[in-house]
This record gives sequence, structure tokens and C-alpha cells, in this order.
Amino acid sequence: MSLIDLANPTRFLALTARLLPWLALATVVLLAAGLYLSALAPDDYQQGATVKIMFIHVPNAWLSMFVWGVMSIASLGTLVWRHPLADVAAKSAAPIGASFTFLALLTGSLWGRPMWGTYWEWDARLTSVLILFLMYLGLMALWRAVEDPTRAARAAAVLTLVGAINLPIIKFSVDWWNTLHQPASVMRMGGPALDKSFLIPLLVMAIGFSFLFVTLHVAAMRNEILRRRVRSLQMLQARAYATSAPAGDASGQVVGAA
Amino acid sequence: MDLGPYTSFIATSYLAAALIVVLLIGWIAIDYRTQKARLRALEESGVVRRSGRAATTDIR
Repeated sequence: MSLIDLANPTRFLALTARLLPWLALATVVLLAAGLYLSALAPDDYQQGATVKIMFIHVPNAWLSMFVWGVMSIASLGTLVWRHPLADVAAKSAAPIGASFTFLALLTGSLWGRPMWGTYWEWDARLTSVLILFLMYLGLMALWRAVEDPTRAARAAAVLTLVGAINLPIIKFSVDWWNTLHQPASVMRMGGPALDKSFLIPLLVMAIGFSFLFVTLHVAAMRNEILRRRVRSLQMLQARAYATSAPAGDASGQVVGAA
Repeated sequence: MDLGPYTSFIATSYLAAALIVVLLIGWIAIDYRTQKARLRALEESGVVRRSGRAATTDIR
């Protein structure tokens, strides 16, 4: 099956119906392993047991940016290639990305209070992630405000691509400005600075959360396809009633391509 | 497992993550059932997809 075959929503639904249970199983196994390894990880010599917050905070922070990246690629698919599933993918990813971003902010605050002495500081990293969260909410509001999915998709795609400027700002904010937030310790030149006893649980949790995103995203995309079918059929039904003409075929059915 | 003086911060982080994930899963599951029920109701009322009659290819 080629990629173009997946552009057909019916084929996408059939394929993902078979795939979803396996994705869900892999997610459960990976997250269970990640939680087990996180529990076994030693205390940090400076941060004590609060380092365990890192195993939740960092994967969510990574995914908050990754999901926007996925939405940006999907937006290109909407604007440039007009891929039938591109705006479905972008719209479905937004609430999941917003949830990850909210969790990154919340767990960051809960980690910051004992380590920095404050829940919040208006520094570059924290502020740019807060802006990312607000952009997710704005995007979700835009999708709800415009009734026609095609028009909403184009406007949302432009907003998503403009918002992608924030991703390098978030990533490099700790290098460009003075901030309470520590610099990158995993994805950096010269390799990770973390000890293996922290790095392995962190990576397993990150892979687990990534699988969680893929599973939820695929399921949400299926819902969005069904929602659009419902909308098309409702419009067809409304048109049939409005014209009050014999709108059905010989069997009395109203038939459409929804 | 002794988490020391910051147990509440650590536990709240993990519980919040669990809560958000459960809410996401619940929202997606409920949404799926809602859309399926709407689709079924429409099809039972006589509004059917062209591909529903002769299942071949389909574009939304």
C-alpha cells in the first residue's frame, strides 16, 4: 500500500482499526516500563527525589514542540499538496499537543518550586512555552469558530506555520537569554550530559509518551473523519428537506458521497 | 520508596499526568461513540453514503 492510498479516508479507517490495538498495547508496555525504571532511578545528588519529576516533565515538554512540528508538516500538506487527511491530522493533534504543553508547564512549576523557590518566573523558556500553550488554544478556538472545515483548515494552517517560529525560540531560549531554566542536557552537541541511571528511564518514558501521542492522534483522526461524514450527511439531509423535492432514489434513500 | 520532603510535588506531578491522559482517552472514546451513533442514526433515517451502497473508493 502506497502513501497515496492512505489519502483515502475509508482505507485510513480500515488500516488504523487494525493498527490501534497494537499501538495501544505498545504504549501501555512502554509507559509501564518507563514508570518502573523511573521508580528505580536514584536520587540526584543536588535535587534529591525531585529529579523524578523530570521523567514526566521532559517528555511532555519535548512532545509539546514535536506535536506543533507535526501540525506544521500537516499544514504544509493542507496548503501545498491539499492532502485529504492533512487538515484532519492537524486539527486532531491540537488538543493532544495542548494537553502535553499544559502538563509540561504544570510539572515544570511543581519542579521549580522546590528547586528554584518559585512556581513561575517570566523568563524566556517559561514564557515561550506559555505562548505555545496559548497558540494551541487559539488554534482550537479557530477550528471551532469557522464552520466550514475547508476554510477553517486553510486559516489554521497559516496560523500553525506562523506559530512554528516559536519552536526554535523555545529550544534555544536557554542559550540566547539568561534564564532560571537549565540548558539542554540530552539533545546537545557532545552528547547527553545525563548519567545513564537517569537517561535510560527518561528515554523510555519519552518513547512511551511518543507512542501515546501516536495512538491518541490516530484515534482522534478517526473521530474527525467520522465527524465530517456526519456533517456531510446532515447537509445532504437538510438540502433534501429544504427543496422538498423527491430527493431520494427509487428506494427512498437520500444518497451522497459523504 | 522514600521521596523525602518533596513527596507532594512529585506525587502531584505524576497524578496530574495520569489525570490528563485519562481525560484525553475518555474524551476520544466518548467522541468516537457519539460520532458512530450519529452516523448510524442518519443512515437508519435513509441518508446513506454513496460508498455505503456500493463500497469502492470514498473521499470524504
